[in-house]
Amino acid sequence: MNATLVVEQVLNGLQFGVMLFLMAAGLTLVFGIMNLVNLAHGSMYMVGAYLAVAATQWTGSYIAGIALALLGTLAVGVITEVVALRSLYERDHLDQVLATFGLILIFNELIAIVWGRAALFSDIPQALSGHIELFTNLRYPVYRLAIIVVGLLVALLLWYVVSRTRLGMLIRAGASNRTMVSALGVNIRLLYTAVFGFGAALAGLAGLMAGPIYAVQPGMGELILIQVFVVIVIGGIGSIRGALAGAVIVGMVDTMGRAFLKPLLGVLISPTAAESAGPALASMLIYLLMAVVLALRPEGLFPARGH
Amino acid sequence: MVRNPVRTLFAALLATLLGAAPAFGADKVKIGFITTLSGPAGGIGKDMKQSVELAVEHLGGKMAGLPIEVIFGDDQRKPDVGVQLARQMIKRDKVDFVSGIIWSNIMLAVAPVVTGEGVIMVGTNAGPHQLAGEMCNKRFFTTSWQNDSTPEAMGKHLQDLGLNDVYLIAPNYAAGKDMLTGFKRYFKGRIAAEVYTKLGQQDYQAELSQLRAKNPKAVFVFLPGGMGIQFLKQYSQAGLRGQIPLYSVYTVDELSLPAVRHAALGQFETRYWSPDLDVPANKKFVSAYKKKYGTLPSFYGAQSYDGIMLINSAVVAVKGNLKDQKGMIAAMEKANYPSTRGKYSYNVNHFPIQNYYLLKAVTGPDGPAGIPVMQIQETVFKNHKDSYYKKCKMK
Amino acid sequence: MVLLVVGLALLALVPAGAAYFDQPFYVDLLRRVMIFAIAALSLNLILGYGGMVSFGHAAYLGIGGYSVAILAYYGVHNGFLQLAVAIGASALVALLIGAISIRTSGIYFIMITLAFTQMLYFLGISLEEFGGDDGMALAARSDFAGLIDLGDSTAFYYVVFVVMVVFLYLIHRIVNSRFGMVIRASKSNEARTRAIGYSPYPYRLVAFVIAGAMCGVAGFLLVNHTAYLTPDFMHWTRSGEIMFMVILGGIGTAVGPVLGAFVLLLLEDIISGMAGFVGQHWQLFIGIFLVLVVLFAKRGLAGLLPGARRDG
Repeated sequence: MNATLVVEQVLNGLQFGVMLFLMAAGLTLVFGIMNLVNLAHGSMYMVGAYLAVAATQWTGSYIAGIALALLGTLAVGVITEVVALRSLYERDHLDQVLATFGLILIFNELIAIVWGRAALFSDIPQALSGHIELFTNLRYPVYRLAIIVVGLLVALLLWYVVSRTRLGMLIRAGASNRTMVSALGVNIRLLYTAVFGFGAALAGLAGLMAGPIYAVQPGMGELILIQVFVVIVIGGIGSIRGALAGAVIVGMVDTMGRAFLKPLLGVLISPTAAESAGPALASMLIYLLMAVVLALRPEGLFPARGH
Repeated sequence: MVRNPVRTLFAALLATLLGAAPAFGADKVKIGFITTLSGPAGGIGKDMKQSVELAVEHLGGKMAGLPIEVIFGDDQRKPDVGVQLARQMIKRDKVDFVSGIIWSNIMLAVAPVVTGEGVIMVGTNAGPHQLAGEMCNKRFFTTSWQNDSTPEAMGKHLQDLGLNDVYLIAPNYAAGKDMLTGFKRYFKGRIAAEVYTKLGQQDYQAELSQLRAKNPKAVFVFLPGGMGIQFLKQYSQAGLRGQIPLYSVYTVDELSLPAVRHAALGQFETRYWSPDLDVPANKKFVSAYKKKYGTLPSFYGAQSYDGIMLINSAVVAVKGNLKDQKGMIAAMEKANYPSTRGKYSYNVNHFPIQNYYLLKAVTGPDGPAGIPVMQIQETVFKNHKDSYYKKCKMK
Repeated sequence: MVLLVVGLALLALVPAGAAYFDQPFYVDLLRRVMIFAIAALSLNLILGYGGMVSFGHAAYLGIGGYSVAILAYYGVHNGFLQLAVAIGASALVALLIGAISIRTSGIYFIMITLAFTQMLYFLGISLEEFGGDDGMALAARSDFAGLIDLGDSTAFYYVVFVVMVVFLYLIHRIVNSRFGMVIRASKSNEARTRAIGYSPYPYRLVAFVIAGAMCGVAGFLLVNHTAYLTPDFMHWTRSGEIMFMVILGGIGTAVGPVLGAFVLLLLEDIISGMAGFVGQHWQLFIGIFLVLVVLFAKRGLAGLLPGARRDG
């Protein structure tokens, strides 16, 4: 195990974490403010990826493709909120889980009807392909570095919006005391729709960046959805800070587990036992982590204050 | 038989209520075809379904003068749903054959149910070793392969090349382990590492970093479906394509190539079939498929097309007397039909004895930016028998 | 109540009817539906009455299934022993999961129960001896010393039917006992329960364990029904499905879960078998159905029945 490899794996963990964060930010805000458990958040990720592929093909430009995909996902998010989810805010979590699971099925099938069930081709733009040599012996894909940069910029932006703007103040107030915000005469419906649309667009951003690395196919959202829930639960629901911390922790733990758990176990127990226990334990690691965190801190690491 | 009108009415009512088709006499050949039609793997099922429909079309909709009726069932990739469908097809729809099935675990659950009910089963994809060995059954046939044979061919090829330090990657589940076992059965060189990844894993960057650090001479992977698409893209993005040769099984096919494109160029696979295989039946199948559906068929489709043709050969041999199961089994054992892979024979366990080829993904007709196509390079195994048939005591 | 009796009487007549119309398949179909109804009933005890939204209830289907299949793998076919192990193992696992999970509430409870089930799912996948992801065939159906033959489709049907009826009755008794009142009270107001001198934690834990054990019985039946076991029994979407049956039927109602299981599974069976567009994209229609039920049938399907009222 050499130092370069460890650094490279840290970058990998960070990149995965950043991706999870983009998904988690929207989910945790929607939960914190509207008290809505939205299983269909993964669908927005899928919609973003598909729209980016379609729009890039249509316009012939990657930049235009991204812009259209973000706007498109925002629109899909707003429509979903207005048509189906708005009336669910006051209902209990169970109804929300059932309805948003229904939405997952609807989105997956609609995508399959429009684009078919086979995976679509999605490629890295020319300008972001290739590698850079960070230091001797460490060549890292430019595209993955770009993901890290975009993710951190979004985190910074979110921090600014939430802690320094009027909108952010409303969001924070909404997360801790809903009735008070509406008492202040704020158009709470509009605020909700805006937050939901914004969260959907962030998921869409994650999806469109994931497209060239992963497979763009129906159901792609569910593969990452459960991990995102783990992130927001570990971080503490409703808290952007928690989502970032949770995302980076989960990204790191998962990546490090896959990379180093087996050799590490090989030292502790026999190599043959590690051969079968290593991969099994690596798959369970983030769930184990979540169970431990919740057993010690039932509200997650950074609970949003008040409820 | 005079039908009691009240009884008929109730039967019709029950049938309508529960969505059943009323069962009539054996004046047609009924085939139940089970595959995965929903979810992310639905693309494979669609390819199989389209090939079955093409086969029925090529047969003029008739087997030995009897009209063909195919009932498709979506197993949702769940073994218990597969079992439910098989029972439904046998008991409610009274099918004469059950066919299809993509996944080994569903096949292991469904095949004993079908053969146990006294119905002939023609598998058109999964070939788990249990069914080739101790669980073999006279009513079970497959038009595909035993799971291990394809990686065995790749192991043989790398052994022939005299390679050392090969890095192996497969998902952490039973089929993944079987694949690597099959590979190692014929590859005796040094193995750099054997890595098992999470089933359904999306990101392989951590594994690729480890791989690069080991600097192996070649990489062998088994990553079917979406996993393969993701791995190939990331392998290429990591700059490893062109540096370390990549060999695989069930990872690159006509379903994944349109999604992977240039990231698959130069990829080696072993397989018993390829769209460019020069056999009359294959040319007919591939060109008709391309004409009708606009894309190239995959091996899943070719096997399913063969499945219907194999059943046809049996029905024709008994002149449409579907009661003569013995006669049909005897006819199927001869594999006397124009298969898309060319002539092959059946082993004692009803698994094919067939050739395996080395395939390479090369630039397709649309140029380097278009969809690559698989091209046969050489024959690795001639008339290869699977490694389990000796365990089969055919009953 | 009348509807319940009529419904059960009709179910009891199914094997005779199926034999009369020469459609034995419906015995199989309804048997599977009733097994899921049992699982849904057990979940309803904690979810509907106790307000504990467990998103990991499929774990016990798996534990019950593995108990039977592993014992059968080692040549132990005694059904009584298998059933006892299935119940015991499910109860034990539920005790461990419950002891930690019940300390949390709301969405955290949903997620932690999911997390434990995911761990068990991945554990199942890595159990190579028992087939890993492929799972394994059940060596032989559970043997009840000649008393009942589960290989006989009709006999097995009545076993499932009787278990379902007994569980309906048991849950009715539990819910209306003093114990059940504490559980129900802790759902609506935890603070008040504490105030009248009950600490809800042990009560909720016991309910959680009972529900787990009951679902373990469903797992025992399911593996005998499919004669095949895979870790897929514990997949998170399976937990979701059981939950949907409960919500669909009407949470906290006696017959709701049974109704939900019947409607969801039969609907799936019918529309996925349809030809053309509907059959090809049947999940679209299930999705629309789920959303519509939530939006317009707020108390589930049981709420639509004439004379519907909340049980207890």
